[in-house]
Amino acid sequence: MRYIPHTEHDIQAMLAVLGVDSVEALIRHLPEDLRQRASLKLAPGLAESEISKRLTALAEQQTGYSPEQSFLGAGAYPHLVPVVVDQMVQRAEFATAYTPYQPEVSQGTLQVIFEFQSLVASLLGLEVANASMYDGASASAEAVLMAKRILPKRSRVLVARSLHPQYRQVIQTYLDGFPGLSLVELGWDETGRLEPAALARHLDERVCGVVVGYPNVFGVIEDIAAIGRSARDAGALTLSVTPESVALGILKSPGELGADIAVAEGQSLGIPLSYGGPGLGLFACRSRYVRNMPGRLVGETVDQEGRSGFVLTLATREQHIRRERATSNICTNHGLCALAATVFLCLLGKQGLRELALRNVKNSHYLAEALQQTAGVQPRFPSPFFNEWVLTVPQARQVWARLKERGVIAGIVLEDWYADLRDCLLVCATELHTREAIERFGQQLRQAVV
Amino acid sequence: MKTPARPPGPGKRTVLNEPLISARGSVGRVGYALPRDDIPERDQARDLPAALCREALDDFPEVSEGEVVRHFTRLSQWNMSAATTLYPLGSCTMKYNPVVNEYMARLPGLAQLHPLTPDDQAQGALMLLAELERCLAEISGMDAISLQPAAGAQGELTGMKLVRAYHQDRGTPRKKVLIPASAHGTNPASAALCGYDVAQVATGADGLLSADAVASCTDAEVAALMVTNPNTLGLFEREILRITDVLHAHGALVYMDGANLNALMGVAKPGHMGADVIQFNLHKTFSTPHGGGGPGAGPVGVKKILEPYLPIPRIVRQNDTWSWSDAAPKSIGRVRSFYGNFGILVRAYAYILAMGGDGLTHATRMAILNANYLRKRLESVYTLATQEPCMHECVFSDRSFHQTGVKTLDIAKRLLDYGFYAPTIYFPLVVSGALMIEPTETETKETLDEFADALLAIAQEITDQPDLLKQAPFTTPVSRLDETRAARRPVLRWSRSQDS
Repeated sequence: MRYIPHTEHDIQAMLAVLGVDSVEALIRHLPEDLRQRASLKLAPGLAESEISKRLTALAEQQTGYSPEQSFLGAGAYPHLVPVVVDQMVQRAEFATAYTPYQPEVSQGTLQVIFEFQSLVASLLGLEVANASMYDGASASAEAVLMAKRILPKRSRVLVARSLHPQYRQVIQTYLDGFPGLSLVELGWDETGRLEPAALARHLDERVCGVVVGYPNVFGVIEDIAAIGRSARDAGALTLSVTPESVALGILKSPGELGADIAVAEGQSLGIPLSYGGPGLGLFACRSRYVRNMPGRLVGETVDQEGRSGFVLTLATREQHIRRERATSNICTNHGLCALAATVFLCLLGKQGLRELALRNVKNSHYLAEALQQTAGVQPRFPSPFFNEWVLTVPQARQVWARLKERGVIAGIVLEDWYADLRDCLLVCATELHTREAIERFGQQLRQAVV
Repeated sequence: MKTPARPPGPGKRTVLNEPLISARGSVGRVGYALPRDDIPERDQARDLPAALCREALDDFPEVSEGEVVRHFTRLSQWNMSAATTLYPLGSCTMKYNPVVNEYMARLPGLAQLHPLTPDDQAQGALMLLAELERCLAEISGMDAISLQPAAGAQGELTGMKLVRAYHQDRGTPRKKVLIPASAHGTNPASAALCGYDVAQVATGADGLLSADAVASCTDAEVAALMVTNPNTLGLFEREILRITDVLHAHGALVYMDGANLNALMGVAKPGHMGADVIQFNLHKTFSTPHGGGGPGAGPVGVKKILEPYLPIPRIVRQNDTWSWSDAAPKSIGRVRSFYGNFGILVRAYAYILAMGGDGLTHATRMAILNANYLRKRLESVYTLATQEPCMHECVFSDRSFHQTGVKTLDIAKRLLDYGFYAPTIYFPLVVSGALMIEPTETETKETLDEFADALLAIAQEITDQPDLLKQAPFTTPVSRLDETRAARRPVLRWSRSQDS
């Protein structure tokens, strides 16, 4: 076996040192009725070329799916990934290390995380960011639990129904059984934004936080500043959730608008779609709440000779020390994805991220115009959007199916997620959608709507 | 931060200095190119009102592609890693990460697949996941698998949610979860997140959990026992069947932490030990890279009684077609977006394909051989935490040297000078000054000998020059770092003043 180095000679030499006659002797102390005597029912091992053949065959079974003709967003976004990002991620010194328990020989990982924290804090407009979480959805759930820790006497969290439904489901799962905290959902108004009257009705001294998508699942850019003012007046925290982090290259940051905790899905920042995972949870907050934060944090310090260096810090929040009293059960982060995002943000830089975001605005709005040339097709919400939006399309489900037969994935049928939003498609375009692909979608839609 | 270069003095370490990326670059420099813009000119302010737009990202770097490559390549060289050296972190299973797996995860049909692709256009991905579920069920002896959890700790959380849902369905979620003192910190943290009180069960002097100790804590308020087998001392819990019987007799469930599954493949199945739910750590047992701390994957396996509660969506097969289904009214819901860390799942599947059933069994046996071999080579000089036979890892205490004033931490630091990463230290908590060593099956006898020789040489240094150990390491890019200062005055991001 090519991954296991032991020759028969090695095994015998080791057994001789151990003074036993077989490997079996080392497990003879296991209860006999638990010993598994039958072989595992798995196929015999394969050579590299055979594995490659098998998996390539599976990879090529994604029949009919063409990234170029897919206008899917809804929580996962196709974006350019410079090859340098993947090259750095593949460096074995990064990929095959673990949590930097020994900082003297982990400065590479630690400095990368410090740079990551710096970039994320800046992107989200808040003072402190952690070393990352699993994904945007679980980061949202952790943010809700954090709000409860900051305001332990409060028992409710208000969540916009226009927050990505999978994020809401994850928050709900984390809250089930969690003592003293329940979830109240708030609707949207005709603009697609959180309904101010509903917010006013529910905001009281029982509420620890208000959770809102930015942009929300409809692509609508919520008024975080207004929500934040209302929340603050009620003594509650504002939690902003961004499933598409490229949007923050151009939109005002959640922090400058008044969010107390901001989370995001960082998949857009150099991480392949990979059928939805791994992703990258970005998590930032105001510095006064840092000791309530979940997850790892890297801080700068000095060594014995005064050289600058980095260590894991403020670990007294964490499970390996606090056990059942920890701020979270999270043990690691998504370190390699954080590296990818760091390299991506450095390559794009100050100018590039903004330019990338603006190109998304331009392409998606060009697509919006192209699609609206079909009679009866119009935006569901009359609000500015970033790179995805909701279209009203007569007989949306049938139209979507007809387009699929022509090789175009017209986003998702929104009724699958919101029963009350009938005849709506949620559509996305990014910098990867060419003029040709966009115009073809426009023509195909005209033919599909009858 | 323009740190002046520090050329090495006599006998000093040679280190390529590398500042923060924020200290590199120049105004207007770029490291990217967007695709050609062939879309007709548009009024940007009409598409997106200026009032919604932010100021420039002033903190962001302005660097060339070459500068980025140099920066991160240099930083990578400051890491020890499993690829560069033995990385014997106990309970982390830092085995070789096969390179072919990296290529498989990057196949365009997998890496570029959008998670909301219609099921009929994603059959290959669905088949791969279904097949991985089958493999994990066979290896563990469990009945059903969910691949959704993103990490071991999230698998634990998911598992305990299942326990809670099961009891809730029978009228009451119950109050307590039993956890041995030797458990990972994630166990109590995960149980607490599910609203359970944690009751600690004492571990015996031999490092093992006894059925009597468990029985004395078990009553009708106990929802589950969380037990790791082999436990964190590397010992197989020999009374496990009696222990799980005790729990079941009280209507409670058994959560088995699968962190140490590398010791069991083809040897014994958690499903036969009375486990009702386990998590798999694919980044440990199934060779996916640890990534400097994730992403891993933490699928859960359950017995039939817990299957109705598994996270949605589930993979279902109708005729010859695979699809995702949300039709599970008793499901705990989702624990993350989409379906799991697919890229990691692909790597684990490629590993299982490469190994086959016999290969996995061989891996377990060689992991046990390697740990026992190291134990034997070290036991005359370092004090074993227990005399019980070990499985895939061995644990020593600080008893042989604590009177010299040398600490376990000092030994760990000195090992870095010998070119090895340090074992897990000060865990499990039930062992004084623990040194927890897990070599894994992918290390050669020669490497194990070099590592044992290093630890024996260090034992001699403890006697001869203890002060040397307290100053170690000497060969690393930095010396011991001031962690107190880092915590007292946290500096968690770069600032512009540092940049100037």
